[in-house]
Amino acid sequence: MIDPCDIVILGAGPAGANASLSAARAGARVTLLDEQTQPGGQIWRAKSAAIIKAQPTPESDAGNTLRDCLANSAVTFVGDVRVWQIERTGDIWQVYTVADGQPGKIEAKALILATGAREYVQPIPGWTTPGVIGLAGATALLKHDMTPPGVATVVAGTGPLVFFTASEIRRLGGHVAAIVTPNTRRDWLSVMPAMLSRPDLVRRGLAWIANLTLARVPVLWGHAITRVEGARAVNGVVATKLDASGAPKGKKREIAADSVCLGNGLIPAVEAAQLAGADLRYHPELGGWVPGAMTDGSTKIKGLYICGDGAGIRGAAAAEIQGKLAGMVAANQLGFDLAPDFEALKSAHARAARFGLAMTALSLQKPGDQALTTPETILCRCESLSLARITAEIAKGAESINAIKSGTRAGMGACGGKFCHTAVARMMAASQGVDPADIPPPTARPPLRPVPASVFAEGFDYDDLPISKPAPL
Amino acid sequence: MTPLLQNHRSPVQRAPMVSFTFEGEALSAHAGETVLSALIRAVHLYLRDAPEDGAARGAFCCMGLCQECLVLVEGRRVESCRQVVHDGLAVEALKRVPHD
Ligand SMILES: Cc1cc2nc3c(=O)[nH]c(=O)nc-3n(C[C@H](O)[C@@H](O)[C@H](O)COP(=O)(O)OP(=O)(O)OC[C@H]3O[C@@H](n4cnc5c(N)ncnc54)[C@H](O)[C@@H]3O)c2cc1C
Ligand code: FES
Repeated sequence: MIDPCDIVILGAGPAGANASLSAARAGARVTLLDEQTQPGGQIWRAKSAAIIKAQPTPESDAGNTLRDCLANSAVTFVGDVRVWQIERTGDIWQVYTVADGQPGKIEAKALILATGAREYVQPIPGWTTPGVIGLAGATALLKHDMTPPGVATVVAGTGPLVFFTASEIRRLGGHVAAIVTPNTRRDWLSVMPAMLSRPDLVRRGLAWIANLTLARVPVLWGHAITRVEGARAVNGVVATKLDASGAPKGKKREIAADSVCLGNGLIPAVEAAQLAGADLRYHPELGGWVPGAMTDGSTKIKGLYICGDGAGIRGAAAAEIQGKLAGMVAANQLGFDLAPDFEALKSAHARAARFGLAMTALSLQKPGDQALTTPETILCRCESLSLARITAEIAKGAESINAIKSGTRAGMGACGGKFCHTAVARMMAASQGVDPADIPPPTARPPLRPVPASVFAEGFDYDDLPISKPAPL
Repeated sequence: MTPLLQNHRSPVQRAPMVSFTFEGEALSAHAGETVLSALIRAVHLYLRDAPEDGAARGAFCCMGLCQECLVLVEGRRVESCRQVVHDGLAVEALKRVPHD
């Protein structure tokens, strides 16, 4: 059992780590939890113990600064711990954890959720082939282990991450066979005004593109991968030109590769917020379903604060500021003084969010995206369910994600639906002509993370996880 | 002005090598790296068969969520994207037919 404290914070990325620092500075006893070994979150992920020395990057510098600040603070950081259930009794939050197979529980008067995002990948034929990894996922591999994803990699997807990932792969000695991005140069021009608020990041982005161009890495603008070739290993991809709706309509190109990075933007990780009782609303410009939270992270629920990309994809700079605000206001609610820069930080948040939202806009779904997913394409990876199988269930009358789940087991597998629910919902909305706002995500059920059976308290009867049993409807 | 990125491998100093096995094959890894990273370097991207249709699968999310990278270590299913390699680690693949 971890000592009880005033505030428990889930997620040690830019948002949660800064929340912990500002709350501790105000005088609160704070415990910060993360499943990663060290703080840093996704953007500032720490290197593995196998990396003794490497050239610093803006991400590694920012991460090291944050880790130093935490080490010199009163914050109790607990790494390698996964939160799988959140409950509340009276005014006290109970956060259930598992670390190294052992169950744990921590209690606190206030709970700050800073769970960040995960990526959305539009299913395409062959995306389950070994060698195809997520685009954001690739950055985790590149930052943590400094290992390129293969020998020759096609880097595909929306937003700035394709250029960052391709540049990093090359810096680490990998070969980038091509960059394939559904975005057009015109898409980028349209977000330029908002980007100018961060000239440093614009310059960095231009340097990536200049280098990739100098190195003659082909960049296919307005294209998407429409097929990954190979069964047990990737041996190439087909990229197709997209029409204005985003549907693959134009010329096809074959590209040889043994690995692929594929991603279509980020979606807020809201399951912890759902378990804590937060309401969700649909805001496509924020990445989809987001919990209701104010600029300072406060919610309608007493003692619950939500900040960072988990409250809407506004990017790391905004996450950092919202985290500081949430830490301040949570401590203030417990009787500690509010820091004097509280109001100034609120306006800084709006400025930072402007850049982040422009990046999110590059990944907004388009009507033609659905045409990338053919009937034979696997939609639910865990249960190997094709689009055709799910369409058949809808034809039988399934009208909600929960109904599709019970009819097909889509989303009941090991990932808990994290990689199919959004795809199923978008497909339902498009094929039924329904507003995506009318297809809410399924009810969140514990466990938030795979947990061995031995960990479950009385009343939970799941079999040996991580292969989880069907969640009740 | 941001200097243009170096296009050649930037020097990375890594921990000394240790030995581990994947499906009985002897491989080496830098102490402390993830099993996934070591397997990628050894060009073992195919890690398991999907339980329903037996199709080949490998790591996907690289952040401990998707469970596509599960392997067997000491009889336990672990995520190879999070499991750290140490000397003598024996890693088995969750495949239907033994690797040929
Ligand atoms: C894989 C990935 C890579 C990314 N790379 C970049 C990048 O290179 N550059 C960039 O600008 N943006 C990147 N992003 C976007 C990212 O969302 C940043 O904007 C930023 O990291 C958000 O900060 P945050 O604090 O809100 O969340 P995060 O940084 O995502 O932090 C959330 C933390 O919560 C932890 N967590 C969540 N749930 C649990 C649980 N149940 N138990 C225990 N711990 C939990 C996670 O381990 C994580 O460390 C990436 C996103 C992803 C998903
Ligand atoms: S690759 Fe997704 S859990 Fe390891």
